[in-house]
Amino acid sequence: MDIVLFKLTLFLYLAVTGGFLFFIIMRNKRIGLWSQRVLFIGFFIHTIYLGLCYYQLGAMPALDIRASLSFYAWAIIAAYIIFYFIFRITVLGSFIVPFVAFLMIISSTIPISVVEVSPLFKGFWFPLHVVTAFLGDAIFALACMAGIMYLIQERQIKSKRPGAFFSRLPSLNILDSLNYHAITYGFFFLTIGMITGSILAQGSHGSYWRWDPKEVWSLITWLCYAALLHQRMAIGWRGRRSALMSIGAFLVLIFTFVGVNFLMEGYHSFESLGGRRSP
Amino acid sequence: MMKILDIGMNHTTAPVELRERLSFSGDSLDSAIKGIMDIRDVREALILSTCNRVEVIFTTDNERDARDSVIDFLSRHSGIEREKLLASMYVKTGSDAVRHIFRVSASLDSMVVGEPQILGQVKEAYRSAVKHRAPSVMLNRLVHRCFFLAKKIRAETGISESAVSISFAAVELAKKIFGDLKGKKALLIGAGEMAELAATYLMDNSLADVFVANRTLERAMELAQHLKGRPISLDEVNNFLPGVDIVITSTASTEPIITYENAKKAMKARKNMPLFFIDIGVPRDVDPEVDTIDNVFVYDIDDLKGIIEQNMQKRMGEAAKAERIVDEEVIKFSEWLKTLDIVPTLVALQDKCEIIWQNELRKTLSNLGELPHDQVEYIEEMARSIAKKILNDPILFLKRKQDRKSREMYLDFVRQIFSLDRNGGKEEGHPFHHRGTEDTEKEIKKKADS
Repeated sequence: MDIVLFKLTLFLYLAVTGGFLFFIIMRNKRIGLWSQRVLFIGFFIHTIYLGLCYYQLGAMPALDIRASLSFYAWAIIAAYIIFYFIFRITVLGSFIVPFVAFLMIISSTIPISVVEVSPLFKGFWFPLHVVTAFLGDAIFALACMAGIMYLIQERQIKSKRPGAFFSRLPSLNILDSLNYHAITYGFFFLTIGMITGSILAQGSHGSYWRWDPKEVWSLITWLCYAALLHQRMAIGWRGRRSALMSIGAFLVLIFTFVGVNFLMEGYHSFESLGGRRSP
Repeated sequence: MMKILDIGMNHTTAPVELRERLSFSGDSLDSAIKGIMDIRDVREALILSTCNRVEVIFTTDNERDARDSVIDFLSRHSGIEREKLLASMYVKTGSDAVRHIFRVSASLDSMVVGEPQILGQVKEAYRSAVKHRAPSVMLNRLVHRCFFLAKKIRAETGISESAVSISFAAVELAKKIFGDLKGKKALLIGAGEMAELAATYLMDNSLADVFVANRTLERAMELAQHLKGRPISLDEVNNFLPGVDIVITSTASTEPIITYENAKKAMKARKNMPLFFIDIGVPRDVDPEVDTIDNVFVYDIDDLKGIIEQNMQKRMGEAAKAERIVDEEVIKFSEWLKTLDIVPTLVALQDKCEIIWQNELRKTLSNLGELPHDQVEYIEEMARSIAKKILNDPILFLKRKQDRKSREMYLDFVRQIFSLDRNGGKEEGHPFHHRGTEDTEKEIKKKADS
């Protein structure tokens, strides 16, 4: 049942990707609207799928890389939908959904592993830690996309020969403000994610901070975004520089999210989280 | 066979001196519509007269005579000799005329392709014609299809999308930088005509404030008053840079007014809020280096011209799409016209039968003497349905004739065997003589369908 739901979600996201690409190329508003609707349906099914996983596992389904990517994809769509209702930028979907579909494809190629859930993950703090950290990461993905869109639009205008993207992308002001809001909210959730994480660590390992690679890299990510926010508020780093910074910080975040869990030892690695390669 | 004709001249066929003399407006338009409608063979008429074109659109059964009379009328009205007039006019008939009118309404035949005013002018022309009950079944339908088509083309192609004038291009760019222009502030340096035009368009977007700096304060004050802004002196310009968002320069100065250092300083003071320079001056008033600063955007006159050229080409590409939509619509309209030519015959046929059964009924009833009311009704109902059932098959037969040639032949045949044309039947039963508006159209349609 759950695998059917997963495949259905993947299929819908791929369909929406196609729809959104068609929308941005042909500028067909109807297709954009329908893609948006199908995305809601896909998100709904994805939510049911994750709920089912949670029910079967007894813990947040984010303990191995397959589940984490799917959960991250879900969080990005959730963030996108929230931002959609605030900013009403449909064309953001043409950038975000392909990325989400990509994550889901990667997730689908990873074999399902048997996960032993330690009692630690069944408590109150673990779900809170996972949800806030993932949501923060998801909103930063939006910030990064807004940054990329900003850079494209800025190139269009500075080139003096506005091309196909000029009329398709929103104004620099809207993209910059989208980028800024995303960074602010992302930062808020990341901070809570780190605090709940350290409370979780206190419960399981007896100390709030242990210089684990994941902790260190999370701190570096956090510092990057903190610096970006500070510069913006203090001396008005906006536009191109802010866009570049948010893309750079997101690359650091990706490394923290994936790289650390694979390349470095530590209690955050999927091995020690309980994920085992199925034989 | 009723036909649509279009006799006209536009910016490509006639110089402005001729167009001026032929053009109609106000009272002369009213009298022209009346004059055209008074021509014996003209059934319906519509006159579209703008500064770029004059189109006289009418329907007639007698193509040649009507055409000659209309041309005579135009020659008399404009005082241009017939031959000279003919040399710079075009006469289009049937689907060519329909296509031409569609293209005109969709702004495909305009001097600036895609300009939106023409549709309003068509509406205005139609309104004037309706005042004189000049359009009827065919032209009503034609004009309504024009509106529908123009809307469709605007929605489905980018034909009137991108700016094709310096001022609009500048406003469009400003919108892509600032999003909403509401509450933004502008600074005009130099009070050239083009700068004024650009500023006027900008002010339409509810800017908060506009400052005007000029070499002569007098002109600055004059322009500031016109734009509801404030005049400042040229020396103050750099003090105002941090507080404004859009700067339009158009001075004759040979030295740049805005230097790299000043722009850099201004950006620091305004915490990198975006700043947009529109430099219309020749030589340029803004140092080209300024464009390298982040969040500063400089467009000079050549850049703007480049954009317009590019947009013009884009419009041409979109126009090709629009032509396809026009083609489809012309075919649909021709299909409709085909169904229309059986209407007069059907109406005449039904009218004739009705007269017959009513006459017979009257005779019969008078012979029968006093009858109860419901029995009279039964007899009447019987007479009516006999007539209807007899006509049913011939009507269906005519409607089914898709091919024009054979339909014309059978129509003619039916008119002859029922002798519909004998006692001026054409005049009486002709729906195009009711110079009504849509109601008549619906009525006739209903009759034809029933």
